[in-house]
Amino acid sequence: MTNSIAEVVNSDVVFITGSNTTAGHPVIGARIRQAKQKGAKIIVAEPRVIDLAADADVFLQITPGTNVALYNGMMNYIISEGLQNAESIAERTEKYDDLVAALADFTPEKAAEICGVSADDIKAAARLYAEAPKAAIFYSMGVTQHTTGTEGVMTLSNLALLCGNIGIESGGINPLRGQNNVQGACDMGGLPGDLPGYQKVTNPDVLAKFEKAWGVKLSDKPGGTLTEIVHKAGHGDIKFLYIMGENPMVSDPDLNHVEEALKKTEFLVVQDIFLTETAQLADVVLPAASFAEKDGTFSNTERRVQRVRKAIEPVGHSKADWVILMDILNRLGIKEQYSSPSEILAEISSVTPSYAGISYERLEDLGSLQWPCPTADHPGTTYLHKAAIARGKGLFRPTEYKPSNELPDAEYPYILTTGRVLYHYHTRTMTGKVAGLNKLSPESFIEINPATAKNLGIADGSKVTVSSRRGDITTVAKITQAIKEGVLFMPFHFAEGAANVLTNPALDPISKIPEYKVCAVKISPFDRVSDYA
Amino acid sequence: MVKVCIDGKSVEVPKGSMLIDAAKEAGINVPTLCYLDLHSAMSGANSSCRICMVEVAGRKNLAAACSTPVMDGMDVKTDTERVVNARKMMLELLLSDHEQECLTCAKAGKCTLQDLCYENDVKESRFRGMMNSFPSDDSNEFYVRDMNKCVNCRRCVNACASYQCTEALDFAGRGFKAHPTPPFDEPVTESVCVSCGTCVSVCPTGALLPKMTEKYRTWDVTKTRTTCSYCGVGCSMDLLVKGGKVVGVEPADGAANNGLLCVKGRFGYNFINHPDRLKKPLIRKDGDLVEATWDEAYDLIVEKITKTKKDFGTEALAGLTSARVTNEENYLFQKMVRAGFGTNNVDHCARL
Repeated sequence: MTNSIAEVVNSDVVFITGSNTTAGHPVIGARIRQAKQKGAKIIVAEPRVIDLAADADVFLQITPGTNVALYNGMMNYIISEGLQNAESIAERTEKYDDLVAALADFTPEKAAEICGVSADDIKAAARLYAEAPKAAIFYSMGVTQHTTGTEGVMTLSNLALLCGNIGIESGGINPLRGQNNVQGACDMGGLPGDLPGYQKVTNPDVLAKFEKAWGVKLSDKPGGTLTEIVHKAGHGDIKFLYIMGENPMVSDPDLNHVEEALKKTEFLVVQDIFLTETAQLADVVLPAASFAEKDGTFSNTERRVQRVRKAIEPVGHSKADWVILMDILNRLGIKEQYSSPSEILAEISSVTPSYAGISYERLEDLGSLQWPCPTADHPGTTYLHKAAIARGKGLFRPTEYKPSNELPDAEYPYILTTGRVLYHYHTRTMTGKVAGLNKLSPESFIEINPATAKNLGIADGSKVTVSSRRGDITTVAKITQAIKEGVLFMPFHFAEGAANVLTNPALDPISKIPEYKVCAVKISPFDRVSDYA
Repeated sequence: MVKVCIDGKSVEVPKGSMLIDAAKEAGINVPTLCYLDLHSAMSGANSSCRICMVEVAGRKNLAAACSTPVMDGMDVKTDTERVVNARKMMLELLLSDHEQECLTCAKAGKCTLQDLCYENDVKESRFRGMMNSFPSDDSNEFYVRDMNKCVNCRRCVNACASYQCTEALDFAGRGFKAHPTPPFDEPVTESVCVSCGTCVSVCPTGALLPKMTEKYRTWDVTKTRTTCSYCGVGCSMDLLVKGGKVVGVEPADGAANNGLLCVKGRFGYNFINHPDRLKKPLIRKDGDLVEATWDEAYDLIVEKITKTKKDFGTEALAGLTSARVTNEENYLFQKMVRAGFGTNNVDHCARL
């Protein structure tokens, strides 16, 4: 997030898109409603009638995969009505003319046709957003999990720059990170091209610094992304794979392919707290301690580094992940002894400029610190791009709407989109063990519009077979007005009736994110005779 | 700034402050049952319990400290006989319609009503008469509502409406029968309740209690402040531990959550001590995963790393780190892959 969570209560407009906030990030959902109670206007652009749609001043039920068209249509209207922030554009941005030229013909009417919403609603949303002194954008995987995900984010960035919403309190562009420490995993160099603090492996100075700190020669060749690694494993090119605290057997797209790839990997190590679907395929399984059994830090979605504290001893013979990794590092000849995670953070701070001022002592004193925090007396950064845009000037990067990789056709006539429910978390490794949560959300389901269901003779609560080009699954029909005709929705949490058997592994060419939010499927009532035949 | 005198102590507080704020500034505790002083964003007057009454010089009636604005030159006494008698009277009135199950009530030791009765030597109520008898609602998976222990403080209603903003509760009935409830006195599962447990966290008595998976007294548990391990919001919370097991969670006033939690963070902790937790390393032998020692597992892993590097080169190795573990662990993991395996083939499910 460019800004901080607490700032949202003072925003004048909150634009939520590609995020079912009250289910995926419930506490931020509550904060957005607090903002509404204080007078903020709410815009929601989502394929489903999510809970926050009821709070929205403008609700746009867009067809999945049409985000870029919507935002471009909004910008065309803002420019044509002269609602842009000319002062901010002149002072803080560059290439504005490129944006104007690129959007010249892309009217709200054109966007409305693509998105399946009314042009008047697009205009109303654009006007609300542009006229607000402080407008914040909140988005999540509904924007990014497309083959055009990067363009979706860039288009939102154009929109925020156009209206002067970058570098101000209670404004900004705020991606909601899905996992407790997905921000930290990225910050710490859990990325194929980035060492800690997003320092590039291809930069010789950076590499020299880490070679000196770690005392070994390092590769300057960027590695493969998760989807590429799984793909290579499938071709027998990855022989040894070490998976820590991940369950790709439920979370990845095209699960049949993932299973094949992991089985083909000669040696698979899985380190986790439970024997997950992925761990069941491993050659060695290492029992890890849960978050309650260890010390450390997590970095949340607003770049806030906070303490994790040990409340109980590791269960059984399990060990904290950092202890296991230190043991293996030592056995590989990289002799480094850490008596506690605070010593590891000290090493992180010494090689990572954005974390340089963060230490356990300061976290004890202050409770938390938001990076960038470059020095030991720096108070941390509540919102980014304050004095100036980080790269100097905010760059407009015009985008053009491109349809999703796989569109409905005669054989697979419906769009399937995926997401989360409030009561489960990711692949249910944890929430699946909590009886009350399982009772509230016991099984996989698919949301179907009543008209679609009637055409197909599908009754509410009945079993259905859903198929895509990758495979087919059985799940339970949930008939609801919350979804448009022709669109279906499934949560991805469940291993039985797994949505990701169906999803399309086509990647965004830049971010390499799979297109989870749009694939083409067909659906029919579950037929005992033919399905068992 | 406004100058007021509390129990002979002179303090200056901003205009618009309440007497309770001025007392706090003077270091004087004014007891209260309904006033919410838990979290920075979740505080304020509910103005319903009348426990915080104080004497203001020149005023005929006692004033509720939580909702009486300060005025310049006010002379306030918080501990006169009249104040104490009024407080006792309020407690006796509350007790007259309160299910007194203090021996078995799980709130004992952390119950504000119990503490106030103890501090003010109120053993029983002089007022014997009608008592409400509400059916207890245990329909929610995670908490029980027993309105026979409710003191009508409004905390649950206000927290649900103004902080969690779900608006599942409001008051129904009038006078003696007034009570907080979901719509139409139906079970709370019939309402828009999302089981976040905020109402349970702010309840001063045993009217709203978490369903315990393991029984504990409030003084049995130790608390450890930590950060929730579910989504990316990063809510602060306390883990309640008894006998080496996590038996409960309470929200804390962190910068990201200001005392709010969702159903997963608040009640989804049973995975921690679940019997299915992995407790020993496993090695595949003849197709089956069998228990092994750490040394056996480490030796095998290091042997395979070395052999794979030798036979196929470093690009044949890869690691997937985790968005679930700590920064320190992610750092060590990528260090292991880069420095130990010799490749940049490291990623995690940021995109999934």
